[in-house]
Amino acid sequence: MDPRLDIIDKRLKNVNRLVAISGGKGGTGKSLIASTLALTLSELGYKAGLLDLDFCGPSTHIILGIRGIYPKEEKGIIPPEIYGIKFLSIIYYAGDNPSPLRGIDISNATIELLAITQWGSLDFLIIDMPPGIGDATLDTIRLIKRAGFLIIATQSKVVVETVKKVLTILKELKVPIIGVAENMKTTRSPLVKEQIKTFNVPFLGEIDFDKHLEDSIGDASKLLKTNFAQDVKKIVLATPEFKLKKR
Amino acid sequence: MHEWALAEAVISTALKTAEKERLKEITKIKIKMGELQQIDIEIFEFALKEISQPQRPIVRNANIELETERAILKCRVCGQEWPFDDAMKGLSEEQSESIHFVPEIAHVYIRCPECESPDFEVMKGRGVWIESIEGE
Repeated sequence: MDPRLDIIDKRLKNVNRLVAISGGKGGTGKSLIASTLALTLSELGYKAGLLDLDFCGPSTHIILGIRGIYPKEEKGIIPPEIYGIKFLSIIYYAGDNPSPLRGIDISNATIELLAITQWGSLDFLIIDMPPGIGDATLDTIRLIKRAGFLIIATQSKVVVETVKKVLTILKELKVPIIGVAENMKTTRSPLVKEQIKTFNVPFLGEIDFDKHLEDSIGDASKLLKTNFAQDVKKIVLATPEFKLKKR
Repeated sequence: MHEWALAEAVISTALKTAEKERLKEITKIKIKMGELQQIDIEIFEFALKEISQPQRPIVRNANIELETERAILKCRVCGQEWPFDDAMKGLSEEQSESIHFVPEIAHVYIRCPECESPDFEVMKGRGVWIESIEGE
């Protein structure tokens, strides 16, 4: 018997809402949206956490410019707080080194972190997922049953086709879907809106392509001032799942 | 005190099993501790005792049997098998501690001694595992 599986619900008991930022393809802005979303929720007065589950390509720490912090040990590990966000990533243990992990190792590392992390009370825990519907997604569905999925699409046909696959499997597994947000919008293409109609999931809004966004990578306060962050905030304010009574 | 979190998980599983099997008292828990996780046995035992005190069904009198399982790694590329204690000799304190928290971090810092691949399997001795729970 794996004892870790029985303690995960307890570890997340005082987290009001869990949001997995997911999508079919890499490079669609999931990590940027997850990081900005956590910052925005914190700025709005919510207690927010950010969990980077992309073990093979963690990047939220780069986006937020996080270095030199480490979890505290107290009956498990306590994620350090930075910019008002409780932050947990595999980088605390792997450093800047590559993590060449197979599926079974990703599952085991996910279970371990979920079993030993004391998140405490949070309004929102944002989970940055790796692309696709592989181990991390299946484990999130299996282990974090309350997680709602926010799917990131772009107007690229290649991305839309994979997003449709993600939506299909989430629907089949009856996983809560918060909605689809369209990132890196450059034209008035209605492709994403039209293609997700058959899934009967909310279209949360558009995030315009922001050519200055790259300049704010590594600087959380600069990131919050970008047009990109303003578009993310509009989505937050318009989405019922992001409204909570503050603690 | 990361051992405390794992001890809490063990007791939680024992209690769930007791409820499922309608046991009034848990009399024995047999736990295997994989060497890769480098559990501090004293802290782990202390945590198990402390956490089990107030629980229902009764678990505080259970005989807790702890067995350390030697960790064996096997390279998926060349088939080489080697023990973790050999690999551990080349690790810094920080690297070893990282593996203690998340044993899969072994793939970050350990390489096959034969072909230097990080693509190896932990054949046995990964982490904390409950072998059996007995009760009445």
